Amino acid sequence: MYRYILNRLLLSIPTLIGAAALVFILMRLIPGDICVVRLGSGGSINPTAVANCHAQLGLDRSLVLQFFDFIVGFARGDFGTSMWSGKPVSQEIATRIPVSLEIALLATLVAVLIAIPLGTISALHQNSWLDHIVRTVAIAGIATPSFWLGIMSILVVLEVSHLAFGAPWMPPIDYVSLWDDPLRNLSIVILPAITIGYRYSAVTMRMTRSAMLEVLREDYIRTARAKGLFEHIVVNRHALQNALLPVVTLIGIEFAFLIGGLVVTEQVFNLNGIGRLFVLAVQNQDYTLTQALVMLTVAIFVVTNLAVDVLYAWLDPRIRFG
Amino acid sequence: MKNRTGWLAESLSIALSAALAAALTAAPAAAENIKRGGILTYMIPADAPPSLDGHKENTYATLHATAPFYSTLIAINPDNPSSSTDFVCDLCTEMPKATDDGKTYTFKIRKGVKFHDGTPLTAADVATSWQYIVHPPKGVSSARESYMVMVDTVESPDPETVVFKLKFATSAFLPALADPFAYIYKKETLEKDPTWYEKNILGSGPFKFVAYETGQSIKGVRNPDYYHEGQPYLDGFTAIFAAKQSVRVDAIRADRAATEFRGMPPSARDELVKELGDKITVQTSDWNCVNLLTPNQKKKPFDDVRVRRAMALAIDPWKGAPALSKIATVHTVGGLVFPGSPLAATKEELQKIVGFGPDIEKSRAEAKKLLEEAGAAGLKFELMNRNVDQPYKFVATWAIDEWSKIGLKVTQRVLPTGPFYDALRSGSFEVAVEFNCQNMVNPLLDVAKVLPRSVYPENYGGYEDPKLIEIYNSMLRETDPAKQRAKMREFETYALDTQVDTIMTPWWSRIITHRSYMKGWKISPSHYLNLNLANIWLDK
Repeated sequence: MYRYILNRLLLSIPTLIGAAALVFILMRLIPGDICVVRLGSGGSINPTAVANCHAQLGLDRSLVLQFFDFIVGFARGDFGTSMWSGKPVSQEIATRIPVSLEIALLATLVAVLIAIPLGTISALHQNSWLDHIVRTVAIAGIATPSFWLGIMSILVVLEVSHLAFGAPWMPPIDYVSLWDDPLRNLSIVILPAITIGYRYSAVTMRMTRSAMLEVLREDYIRTARAKGLFEHIVVNRHALQNALLPVVTLIGIEFAFLIGGLVVTEQVFNLNGIGRLFVLAVQNQDYTLTQALVMLTVAIFVVTNLAVDVLYAWLDPRIRFG
Repeated sequence: MKNRTGWLAESLSIALSAALAAALTAAPAAAENIKRGGILTYMIPADAPPSLDGHKENTYATLHATAPFYSTLIAINPDNPSSSTDFVCDLCTEMPKATDDGKTYTFKIRKGVKFHDGTPLTAADVATSWQYIVHPPKGVSSARESYMVMVDTVESPDPETVVFKLKFATSAFLPALADPFAYIYKKETLEKDPTWYEKNILGSGPFKFVAYETGQSIKGVRNPDYYHEGQPYLDGFTAIFAAKQSVRVDAIRADRAATEFRGMPPSARDELVKELGDKITVQTSDWNCVNLLTPNQKKKPFDDVRVRRAMALAIDPWKGAPALSKIATVHTVGGLVFPGSPLAATKEELQKIVGFGPDIEKSRAEAKKLLEEAGAAGLKFELMNRNVDQPYKFVATWAIDEWSKIGLKVTQRVLPTGPFYDALRSGSFEVAVEFNCQNMVNPLLDVAKVLPRSVYPENYGGYEDPKLIEIYNSMLRETDPAKQRAKMREFETYALDTQVDTIMTPWWSRIITHRSYMKGWKISPSHYLNLNLANIWLDK
């Protein structure tokens, strides 16, 4: 088991290096210049200021030197400073990661709480009216973009509060951490968590349903029932636990995606998370920050996949590593 | 005798009007019972400024976040910010009169002004800050260096005096000096580390810095030692960064924020007015920003003035501006000069310039004829645009439709900001939607945008024109208002009519919606001006 984890971790090194090289090259292929973006907002750009900016950011050096610096920094765990803000990249990420992590965790919780019971019920009552309702809800969740749902949810809150109290109300828009003010924090994150959690639950619900349907047709389920076991034991202990394998994989992938992928949703709710930072970094052609964010995303996917694999062993003792 | 009587009547009328105007201007301050206290929350329509250094940056995101912390030498009059010629002292004691044939300006600096760390602010701090803006040392960036070409030296002969010596006399100097980005920094800090202000704030303005969370918010608290007596009225402010318009509109609607100071499109204004009625106040102004349709004269057939002329003739700004103003942040038809400026062309003057003619059918007939002559009938080309909705895409779509009326087949290519500038600089475009957006209304410097690239590096039209440069230089050094105006007409006519170096679109319109409890603030023609919040109070 430990050897398996170690092997997986070692294998992630070439993946990270490959991703690093790819993002370094791709970023430089995008036409444009961070200094021009930065200094040109008034419609005019002073060439001397641009040259100074290049020198300050180290962009006047050769690409080989820049790449060498990046790789050496990466190996030492130092991603340098953001070309846009001048702050250490680690600091830029550290201020945003709690927001994204909190939303991702809450959304996952919402998704799991909705998807697994409903997916199971849907499978147990296949083709019944209950199944049809659950499937409709699931398909609607997949078809509805989270950002649209986000905009709609804010509008609904505004309209309902206007009608109920005579003045429109919406959650605060300046984020406070959970530790500083838990209630205010929850009022800020609950809408995005539900919005994202709904789409997330829709995908998971369908996977749970189809996995359950498959497992419920297995011989060992028939045997369990023939033995006269209570139905809830058959479902929960024998069927659901085995059906959860693909569901866990899906939850893991979706969770990793949520950390950096909530680009539009974060904008809709004015959340200062990793997704928004990602867009900003690419838009501003902030090479150092984009490189670090890509590396972070790759690392999250690697770690999540590893965690999912480890979870497999716990869920299914037949699985042996190495 | 009749003339004399007429003159007397006119003088009396002017005097009475002036007295009435003064009374009306003073009336609100006297009548309104200013309430002190409260925290103003406003939105900044951006994700985060690149840095907090006003000398280095050019974006409103920096200014909206940091202006309340800083002082400037002079500023536009906050009680009359719509005027492009009304300047008042901020750190100086009185507006100086130029000496030495208009080449020397001597400012006396207020006594007793303190930086927020308690150290005194002297003329040396003012002079050093300006030296860094005008002639930055090697390796230090100043985004406004090119605007201050007329300044030779800045010195502080004693702790209360700052002397600007100019290379030549020009009326462009005072407006340039009122640049809102020209923060007064502490000499000692600036000389020790010129990059210190990129990440730190230390000013002498109406508010003291409290906290800044990148991309989230910035907070300030009232400066009790502020030198303008009685100000600021607020206890503090919180500015929240929100790039998305729907977030800002919803936040104002739900009173999570009182306003934003950049500008909203008509649809957002209408939505807020409909929802909030008298709880929302709308202030509008012409905006010192304009989109220009610039043909690349290095590419055929745009090197042919007949083609450029035809493109200008096809567009009907008189009909287009009122229609566009209902959906986009544009409003007023104008030439090269901001419409509110005394140097701007009148409607009659404009109508003599190509593209502003009163009879659009006649203009389009001429345009078709010119295209035929140039062998460019049915010309197909690409209009490069920036990936910004308001008003870029609206203006471009309108222009494409106008061009289609003379048989031009135009497609729009929308690029993000980085690639957009890259294409401009490398000349890889046929026609581009450019913009000219300035803070102070300073037409003599603002119109430099159309000068050839050898003189003005941010020109992308791909032409050289010694005659245009000659007219400009003569105009820049002309200090007699009437002669200056005549030269501006000559410059404008040459650039827009004779050469058709660029095609004007309607000037932008600034719409500010704020909660009606926010008082004391008046709109200006620029989203860079009147932002130190010193005169704002909350009627709650």
